[in-house]
Amino acid sequence: MTAKIYVPRDSGALALGAEKVATAIARELGLRGIEAQIVRNGSRGLYWLEPMVEVETPAGRVAYGPVKPSDVPSLFDSNFLSGGPHPLFLGKPEEIPFLARQTRLTFARCGITDPVSLEDYQAHGGLRGLRNALSMAPLQIVEQVTESGLRGRGGAGFPTGIKWKTVLDTRAAQKYIVCNADEGDSGTFADRMIMEGDPFVLIEGMAIAGIAVGATKGYIYLRSEYPHAEQVLNEAIAAARKAGVLGSSVLGSQYAFDMEVRVGAGAYVCGEETALLDSLEGKRGMVRAKPPLPAHEGLFGKPTVINNVISLASVPIIMDKGAAYYRDFGMGRSRGTIPIQIAGNVKHGGLFEAAFGLTLGEIVDDIGGGTATGRPRRDRGRYRRRDGHGPAGARSAGGRAARGLFPARPLRYAVRL
Amino acid sequence: MQHAGTEIVSAVSPIIERWRHEEGPLLPILNGIQREFGYVPREALPLIADALNLSRAEVYGVVSFYHDYRENPPGRHVLKLCRAEACQSMGGDLVAERLQNLLGVKFGETAGDGSVTLEAVYCLGLCACAPSAMLDGEVIGRLDGEKAEEIVREVRA
Ligand SMILES: Cc1cc2nc3c(=O)[nH]c(=O)nc-3n(C[C@H](O)[C@H](O)[C@H](O)COP(=O)(O)O)c2cc1C
Ligand code: FES
Repeated sequence: MTAKIYVPRDSGALALGAEKVATAIARELGLRGIEAQIVRNGSRGLYWLEPMVEVETPAGRVAYGPVKPSDVPSLFDSNFLSGGPHPLFLGKPEEIPFLARQTRLTFARCGITDPVSLEDYQAHGGLRGLRNALSMAPLQIVEQVTESGLRGRGGAGFPTGIKWKTVLDTRAAQKYIVCNADEGDSGTFADRMIMEGDPFVLIEGMAIAGIAVGATKGYIYLRSEYPHAEQVLNEAIAAARKAGVLGSSVLGSQYAFDMEVRVGAGAYVCGEETALLDSLEGKRGMVRAKPPLPAHEGLFGKPTVINNVISLASVPIIMDKGAAYYRDFGMGRSRGTIPIQIAGNVKHGGLFEAAFGLTLGEIVDDIGGGTATGRPRRDRGRYRRRDGHGPAGARSAGGRAARGLFPARPLRYAVRL
Repeated sequence: MQHAGTEIVSAVSPIIERWRHEEGPLLPILNGIQREFGYVPREALPLIADALNLSRAEVYGVVSFYHDYRENPPGRHVLKLCRAEACQSMGGDLVAERLQNLLGVKFGETAGDGSVTLEAVYCLGLCACAPSAMLDGEVIGRLDGEKAEEIVREVRA
């Protein structure tokens, strides 16, 4: 068996030198006459350890990081391909406390698989949700999503299943699924990470949505600041089309569904769903008056499901394991998990997926590891809980009041120190 | 580099052809043109308007609405620096000032020697590797004085 070496292609890892590390590893393999496969995976979301290189050993995957190109010869000298000791040795990634404490449902594969290998995706449970959906009536799919308690992760927190039901019940010859990938707010990068690290889970989620409501066409509206995500998504869509996951007969069924990526052009307001639809239509992005709801008259006036990336990417696990499985995570009206994004002046910046109900203190002190500069944290106004999007969602200053349990409503979190 | 009229027509036409029969073709066309030229030449607007059955004013209205579209050619390199909050909290302001001084340009400007255009962006999704930037599409994280000087060397090379 040829050895496998994982070097992320996630843009966060690239920003910290992953490309040069991959090049250095390839060169060293050549020099030493070693045969090995370099897999470009997504990121596990432990950004203080990126570029984090992993190798597959008989005892499982082990990680080293953060790796600089100049570390590469010494890694080979330490026999890292067999998990040898080295100052950068991190052990099994899933045993690193930051990862071990997470509940990875939506991000289950992110950083583990080759993001553009459909084989890898299926070997790690991918497409099971879609296959289950294909064995159900559309209304049953919608009911599963409703029962899961999934609420929109884009800010407003509207129950996803109810939105889908409205589109299912609206008769039209053409309907659309639109994915809101505008992720405009500072401190948020979960959408980017999943699109770069596990694009098939979004594609699968959109296909399930299409089958559930009777839509045959999907668009991902992607912000132009994410060229790497665009590249990965387009590779994955092409692979899905080639394998018959997308196209005139989804996995051999009577359902047709295809999709494409459309890139924005730098307008923050286009994250708002009706402005986004205008932009997709080729207009200036203007917030439309409601009603009509996009579910009744959306893209090109047709019934449209518009959901955030994480909302759609959470659907496959619900359809795979069932509504109850997902609903059993979380608390109160907030069911399932939420990707918490930790950035700024913290030691451990990254992505932390957890069931709803963590306290802000836990996130900042335990998980974030305190401040990067070692300065004591000033409580008042230094970190913020984000419940949504700029003008749309309230953004409350942190502080003692915010240290209790997260209330039921908030949806996406970006924590900054 | 400014482009001559005929050169623009021959480069823009295939981009328009690629998209004109798709749904919502205007942004893909403008994005394609900007990718090709680095800006959206004024001469392209009537061609787009004709092909899509829009008025020139409508096309211009869309072009001017979106921040990405440049009216003029950029420098040989384009440096986008994140000015959003997470990057600011990690010293982004200092790096921004330093880069403006070293490059001799302010945000939105192109250096006199045409080497580089400096632009502000608001979050590259690299907030956990702040402060961040993008140089000709390549991402750069944890910007500091040393990396700023590396960038300057690269754009001057
Ligand atoms: C100014 C503004 C910006 C927004 N930006 C985003 C965004 O970047 N991503 C997103 O998913 N939702 C954003 N929203 C929320 C969307 O309007 C909409 O609620 C969401 O796409 C619905 O998807 P969901 O139900 O899956 O959350 C924004 C709203 C406003 C008012
Ligand atoms: S705020 Fe600068 S990358 Fe997000």
